Amino acid sequence: MSHPREWLRAAAPAIAAVLIAVLFTAALAAVVGANPANAIGALFAGSVGSGASLAATLLRTSPLLLTGLAVMLAFRSGVFNIGAEGQLLVGALVATAVATRTGAWPGQAVVVLVTGAIAGALWAGLAAWLREQRGVNEVITTILLNFIALYLVSYAVDGPLKEQTGAYPQSDPFPATAELWRLVPGTRLHVGLAIGLAAVLGTGVLMSRSALGLRLRSAGLNPRAAEWAGFSVGRDLFLAFALSGALAGLAGAIEVAGVTGRLYERISPGYGYTAIAIALLGGLRSGGVLLAALFFAALGTGASAMERSAGISAVLAVAIQGATLLAIALISRTSWKGLASSSTSSEAESAGA
Amino acid sequence: MLESFLAAGLLLAAPILLAALGELLVERAGVLNIGVEGMMLTGAFVAAVVADSSGSAGVGAVAGALGGAAAAALFAWAALVVGTDQIIVGAAINLLALGGTGAVYRAWYGTTGAALVLPTLPGVPIPGVATIPILGPVLASQNVLVWFALALVPALAFLFRRTGLGLRLRAMGDHPQAASSLGYRVRDYKIAAVVTAGVLAGLAGSTLTLAATNTFVEGVTAGRGFVALAVVVFGRWSPWGVLFGAMTFGLVSALQFQLQAAAVAVPHQLALMLPYLVTLLFLVVFPGSGSAPRALGAADEGR
Repeated sequence: MSHPREWLRAAAPAIAAVLIAVLFTAALAAVVGANPANAIGALFAGSVGSGASLAATLLRTSPLLLTGLAVMLAFRSGVFNIGAEGQLLVGALVATAVATRTGAWPGQAVVVLVTGAIAGALWAGLAAWLREQRGVNEVITTILLNFIALYLVSYAVDGPLKEQTGAYPQSDPFPATAELWRLVPGTRLHVGLAIGLAAVLGTGVLMSRSALGLRLRSAGLNPRAAEWAGFSVGRDLFLAFALSGALAGLAGAIEVAGVTGRLYERISPGYGYTAIAIALLGGLRSGGVLLAALFFAALGTGASAMERSAGISAVLAVAIQGATLLAIALISRTSWKGLASSSTSSEAESAGA
Repeated sequence: MLESFLAAGLLLAAPILLAALGELLVERAGVLNIGVEGMMLTGAFVAAVVADSSGSAGVGAVAGALGGAAAAALFAWAALVVGTDQIIVGAAINLLALGGTGAVYRAWYGTTGAALVLPTLPGVPIPGVATIPILGPVLASQNVLVWFALALVPALAFLFRRTGLGLRLRAMGDHPQAASSLGYRVRDYKIAAVVTAGVLAGLAGSTLTLAATNTFVEGVTAGRGFVALAVVVFGRWSPWGVLFGAMTFGLVSALQFQLQAAAVAVPHQLALMLPYLVTLLFLVVFPGSGSAPRALGAADEGR
């Protein structure tokens, strides 16, 4: 990676992604009758143009990064976890119960995050158990568990966890001891981003440099060969589900303890679903997921600014994300082909090269 | 009471049934299309726009089918012609459809602030149906797309089990190389299956906007495309199994209205959870992996 051309090759998809996003924004702005130059200007200014907008982008990066890593870890291990959304919600739910129903005590924030992660792991573990013991495909169980988690949250904030004043369907605010501390005074930027970056390193080392990572990846690429090699694929599979769910659950706990300060029904605008696109755009690599999460977060905050100043609906950001994912996949299809379906392996190719 | 319960269940099951039968077709041919949600949403939006401007629900439904087919054609081109990973293409189509329909809807209709009121799909007065006890009134009140969805179940079962075309499609899902070595143009079959599924997903979306809600809101499909994906697995990749799965889902969904009407003290959020919970419990009690096509989602070998 030291050669300049290598760097250029590595950066090419990122540059292409930004270019595609810009072109697509201009085209769609023209379609809905807005000034394309204004739209693009607002998109940049609103996402990275000032300290405040940069902080907003980084704030939005945390949940996307952690759920993106959760999906990456699962997909690389041959586990088709569509359930990051549900795991995030359950993590947020249990974290809120710990934060608002146990009083206020020192060290509470740490316990809030840990229990959130454990809740996510258990929720994913349910899907793992169903696959291992009952032979039920995880695609169906994780999808169903997403909806069940969504209605659990919606029930909890209107029932057992509803605020004491009882005015709105939302939880009580977190006590100060359960809130995450701020990284930069004067912004809402909190320690969750640091946890996300640590998770990038952690998952990177786990998948590429550890014996467990090798077993997980071989289970993902060829479970039968992994079995023949003497790996306990069943146990590793459970671990893959649990680690993936823990990351997503942690994302949920961080969101309530760091950003919103309380739980309500629409706590996640579909982070767990966007995470699938982020993991794939990141080429199922930790570093790639970080770049993709930053890019998607910037699009999200930029689009909100674009809505205010150029009059284009912020939901357009979702379409730009889709167009970028598709375009990048089309451009670099040879290196990604079959990564997620584990039928052909770029892994094996790059290992042989 | 029973009639209205069954009728509501059937109406709620129809969009999921249509989308799931389309997904069944492509999965049997070896293609994994997780973009069914996006295709459904595209169909729902196009159907709403065209029905609103033409004043005809029928014209809207046809347009919705074409909208779903267009999204499916994009999938077929990217995944089968260019050879991009099917899961990536499906995920991208879901995002494109959600963002695209949302932004255009707000640009075209959002300024008025009033909800779109759409014409309703007509019922199908088949002579004699209404006189059947219990089922008669249930069926007589259903619209043309519900009838179409129900008729599609035996048609697909016949296709898969009794025709050469069905056999070839299944062969492509299980052993694409073998089918290819026999001289069949595997890719063309897969493309045809994907576009057909797009038509069905578009019709599923049309049912939502032109029969179930009579309006369009952002993300109106609300995950029903993912439910359709789940129903295909639940139905063990068989048309009758898919019908059973979709009906179970629709009837349990309809149960919540009955609970409310009977003033049973169940929190409505838990009632909404019921269809998903029942489906999950069913899978726990009656396990079995079923018969997934063996080469499902595998990258095309360039034929």
